[in-house]
Amino acid sequence: MAQIVGGICTSHIPAIGNAIARGLEDDPYWRPFFGGYPRAREWLAEVKPDVAVMIYNDHGLNFFLDKMPTFAIGAAAEYRNADEGWGLPTVAPFPGDPKLSWHVIESVMADEFDVTTCQEMLVDHAFTVPLQLLWPGRNRRDVRTVPVALNTVQHPLPSPSRCFKLGHALGRAIESFPENARVVLIATGGMSHQLDGERAGFINKEFDQHCLEKIVDAPEELASYTIHDLVRLAGTQGVELISWLVMRGALDEPVKMIHRNYHIPVSNTAAGLMVLANAA
Amino acid sequence: MASRGDIPGTYIFDGELALKGYPLNKMCYSFNEAANRKAFLDDEEAYCARFGLNDEQRDAIRRRDVLALLEAGGNVYYLAKFTGIFGLGVQDIGAQQTGMSVDEFRARLRAAGT
Repeated sequence: MAQIVGGICTSHIPAIGNAIARGLEDDPYWRPFFGGYPRAREWLAEVKPDVAVMIYNDHGLNFFLDKMPTFAIGAAAEYRNADEGWGLPTVAPFPGDPKLSWHVIESVMADEFDVTTCQEMLVDHAFTVPLQLLWPGRNRRDVRTVPVALNTVQHPLPSPSRCFKLGHALGRAIESFPENARVVLIATGGMSHQLDGERAGFINKEFDQHCLEKIVDAPEELASYTIHDLVRLAGTQGVELISWLVMRGALDEPVKMIHRNYHIPVSNTAAGLMVLANAA
Repeated sequence: MASRGDIPGTYIFDGELALKGYPLNKMCYSFNEAANRKAFLDDEEAYCARFGLNDEQRDAIRRRDVLALLEAGGNVYYLAKFTGIFGLGVQDIGAQQTGMSVDEFRARLRAAGT
């Protein structure tokens, strides 16, 4: 049977991809951010996942407003990155795991989550940057991927509570997969940031610290916020916290906190990282 | 301060804005492709006409005015592909929207961490 080894939440700011491409990991601006990742990589080397289920949001690469799925799951043998329009270098394709994807789709649909299924899907920086951070210089065989995309572009967005419950369903789906596979869930996005409007540049350190505490031991408290609350407290793009709730919903109760890092700013964003191990 | 809803300086990109901004966002989405970015630069007015932008949207595009683009129904994820054509990143547009210099905007972000 498949086993969930744990989960990682990490920011996915495009500037990180540029910093990696330019080899700036030890630059004074970047060191406090990149310095958080070696411990996460060590943990991955210990738990040796075969598959990463990627919980993320597309920023207008694969999905446009003509068709905007609330929840979309990839079911392809391979996922490609592409030009997002503003100069981030593209990276090599990522292997998929169509068998696990279809099992997850069947299972969450039976659990009343009516997801959109994608046999072709371009993956943007929210998918590629965290994988670059966690598997630097990756080999194609390092890890297979299953993308789970959440709509954070066009309101109404799925509520934090609904996302937490999707996590429960994803957890049941993965753990009922009859084949042997070690699975890590990687939630990308956050923490507080706002790109648009006169409030651009908004960051809320106090709220982020609250989230870093609660995501471990009391995620249901975070799930009780509305999207409107999250926009107010974490900024228009800070709503990406919903991906963290999907991930957390798929893990055990309780979990063991392995590592965390928090740094302001990376570009316009408060960057967070957390590694949670399943207790079992 | 131009804003929508009850959070100052904040646009909630909902159905009303998505409907209003559809042609503008569709044009900006096309800028994922280098050939389309070039076609825009070659003949900006003709490119806007192809997507059916209204006068408000065309004017905001001409002025590269992010707040006016948001007001015209633009969504920041697609607008970033437009401003990217001119090498403007999120800190440049943050500075523009808040009326600061880029250095001032960056200093404010750093200050949020202290």
